[in-house]
Amino acid sequence: MVDLNWYLVLSAAVFMIGVFGFLTRRNIIIMFMSIELMLNAVNMTLVSFSHYMQDMRGHILVFFIITVAAAEAAIGLAIILALFRNKQTAHVDEMNEMKG
Amino acid sequence: MLHQLFFGYYAFAIIVLSLLVVTRKNPVHSVMWMLLLFFHIAGLYLFLNAEFIAAIQVIVYAGAILVLFLFVVLLLNLREEMAIKQFVSSWKAGLFIAGLLFVAVVNAIGSHVKGPAGKYSVEAIRSETHVKALGKLLYTEYLFPFEIASLILLVAVIGAVVLAKRRLRS
Repeated sequence: MVDLNWYLVLSAAVFMIGVFGFLTRRNIIIMFMSIELMLNAVNMTLVSFSHYMQDMRGHILVFFIITVAAAEAAIGLAIILALFRNKQTAHVDEMNEMKG
Repeated sequence: MLHQLFFGYYAFAIIVLSLLVVTRKNPVHSVMWMLLLFFHIAGLYLFLNAEFIAAIQVIVYAGAILVLFLFVVLLLNLREEMAIKQFVSSWKAGLFIAGLLFVAVVNAIGSHVKGPAGKYSVEAIRSETHVKALGKLLYTEYLFPFEIASLILLVAVIGAVVLAKRRLRS
């Protein structure tokens, strides 16, 4: 059996790679994919906790997270399309209308 | 021994693939690496006795969300995006923040105290099948959140249509 801590370290590493991607990339699609990466890391944590504590609630939570991720992807990509239609770019530094 | 070997392979592949996802210049390449990453995560779920979660990982994430991503990447014209540098100039600060967070989280991992084990042991799930156990819990104890999830999906459908619709010039 692999110890639970290894799974937790693995998901922490994937989460931090997502954080790194979100902070350093300026392409809005890649930033969005980094968010998906972070969601997946949390899902991995929940499933491994669920397995090692012999409980089903983590799986239920993962189910809901995947539902919300699907909704979020649909809305977010629609927003990206609308932004691209107005600004002709996917670079977030160009989008500064709301800046004071 | 076989457990460790499998876990080692999956952990290595997941880390390398997620690094590839965030560092590729071309978003199409990123999406393709992410597809492979999601299949590996589904394999890890199978390893943790979560068959249904592995199935919806492949169907919803790899099948639906990534296809949506691919559609959007292909709809946008990203020619000039490809010419500029992919990282911000202060990427070292981002790396530092992510590394610091990683150290903090890994230090916190050792201090968790395990609670009492629940009733869904591997044998219990095996005798009942995972889908049945999950469905029973979802349709009894978590019925209300389940209905709210359907509402969220409805809102997402309507929101996506409204946002992506081309405005008519009046």
